[in-house]
Amino acid sequence: MLSKQQVEHVAKLARLSLTEDEVELYTKQLSKILDYIDQLNEVNTKGIEPMTQPIPTVNVMREDIVKKQFDRSEVLRNAPYEEYGFFRVPKIGE
Amino acid sequence: MSKSNLTEKSAKEINRLFLNKEISAKEIVDAVYKQIEIVEPQIQALNSITKDLAYKQAGELDKKISKGEKLSSIAGVPIVVKDVICVKTYPATCSSKILENFIAPYEAASTNKLWEAGAICIGKSNMDEFAMGSSTENSAFKKTKNPWNLNTVPGGSSGGSAASVASMEVPVSLGTDTGGSVRQPASFCGVVGLKPTYGRVSRFGLIAFASSLDQIGPFSRNVYDTALVLQHISGYDLKDSTSLNVEVPDYINKITTTSLKGKKIGLIKELMGDGIDSEVKKSIEASVKIFNNLEAEVVEVSLPNVKYSVPIYYIIATAEASSNLARYDGVKYGYRTAGAKELLPMYAKTRQEGFGAEVKRRIMLGTYALSSGYYDAYYKKAQQVRKLVAQDFLNTFEKVDLLISPTCPTTAFEFGSRVDDPLSMYISDIATIPANLAGLPAISIPCGFDSRKLPIGLQIIAPSLSEELLLSAAYSFEYACNINITCRSFLTAK
Repeated sequence: MLSKQQVEHVAKLARLSLTEDEVELYTKQLSKILDYIDQLNEVNTKGIEPMTQPIPTVNVMREDIVKKQFDRSEVLRNAPYEEYGFFRVPKIGE
Repeated sequence: MSKSNLTEKSAKEINRLFLNKEISAKEIVDAVYKQIEIVEPQIQALNSITKDLAYKQAGELDKKISKGEKLSSIAGVPIVVKDVICVKTYPATCSSKILENFIAPYEAASTNKLWEAGAICIGKSNMDEFAMGSSTENSAFKKTKNPWNLNTVPGGSSGGSAASVASMEVPVSLGTDTGGSVRQPASFCGVVGLKPTYGRVSRFGLIAFASSLDQIGPFSRNVYDTALVLQHISGYDLKDSTSLNVEVPDYINKITTTSLKGKKIGLIKELMGDGIDSEVKKSIEASVKIFNNLEAEVVEVSLPNVKYSVPIYYIIATAEASSNLARYDGVKYGYRTAGAKELLPMYAKTRQEGFGAEVKRRIMLGTYALSSGYYDAYYKKAQQVRKLVAQDFLNTFEKVDLLISPTCPTTAFEFGSRVDDPLSMYISDIATIPANLAGLPAISIPCGFDSRKLPIGLQIIAPSLSEELLLSAAYSFEYACNINITCRSFLTAK
């Protein structure tokens, strides 16, 4: 069972400014989903290696060569705010 | 005759007509857009059409063929692409407000291969936002209808890709399958849908949802066309380090020459029990008889950990999603909230306004599962049980060549019937999720209808990288089953 405070904390971690109604709804719904997920606890997983992905590949490396892939203007084309060829953001910090 | 009902034809047949110069690429594109104009107001499968690109590609094809150039087995075939895959200089919205105005700056590896081979890009299809959902109702833009019954959902998340093929806008389309998002809508819409082995098809240019599960796969109205598309999108790609550097077999040749005689097929016991609709069960039992007629031996098998697939999935997929979707912050691309004066509130308000309810729910669940103090209890635990599911498959494939089950517990459901109860929507993915967890190839093919005349899908699962065996089985089954899966309401308008 999740508390409202936990949901608010998770929303903060996830950078979501949820409304009061959403906090309430998600508290209910996520609790129900987590109850369902709790059935995993009946499985004995002692000594089982966690599976991170389905194929055995690890650490695929390539030569570190600098290549031009995009023009600056192409990259900035999708930016919601840009100025002087940079991404523009509001001020950082208090 | 050959031109008047062009949109009903298979990809194979359209390619043949084009290569024989019985029809031009431009005429193909004309016919497709005419059908789209008629069908789209009812079905709403597409977020956008790519007319400029289609006619440009058609023009080039017509020039090449007049010069006598040798063209491929997919040249001239019109294709719809799920709106989560990047087609350069066209929108890639993921059916999300947050990417509503996003223009893809590069081309996905899979679509690049298709265009290089002469396939024609028709448009981008609707989906559940960021591929999260099983009904396409989570799209921020429109509700795609199931061509078999306009009051029911097309399935999801690749609902638009499935509906566009079923309503004969195009013979083939691309979807993506993270927990069943190709196979489930294929089942609901009465078409063929394939999820290849994880790593078979490059994910470069596929906007990520859950990176250890996502895989691109085709839809079509027959097994041959699915093999055809797979042939052209498969293979190693330097830009996707999880793509597998192994040879791609000649699927077309294999499926038309391989027999099922003497093959052993396991019917998954856990996916034929409670919760599976009785009409669906009956249809799968009839399918078993068809395999018997093909001289395959069908035995019941048990994969005891498969029953944990849904809880495993909704931890792993949401955890990966919460990380992948962290990039949508209103800085580099996409929607940004108006008027926020500081950075942190800008992030939080942008994401609050830009994401829909289901995406936020999953980001919350995934963030929780990865948060300090809960990581071991949820994320690590889910990864361990995932391993057990994968081992169940490995053990079972020592005894049988292929596995079968229903693709979905039910046929298509009504709009609005599950959106308020996320858990009931999640549980409907029980039969498709296991193949994603284990990275295995799996296909859904039509095997019958319920009493409401809604299609039922049979799922076949094969060992890793055994697509040729999977497709051969589906091809033989399709021939022996011999049901008419033409959605007659959408035959080419005369």
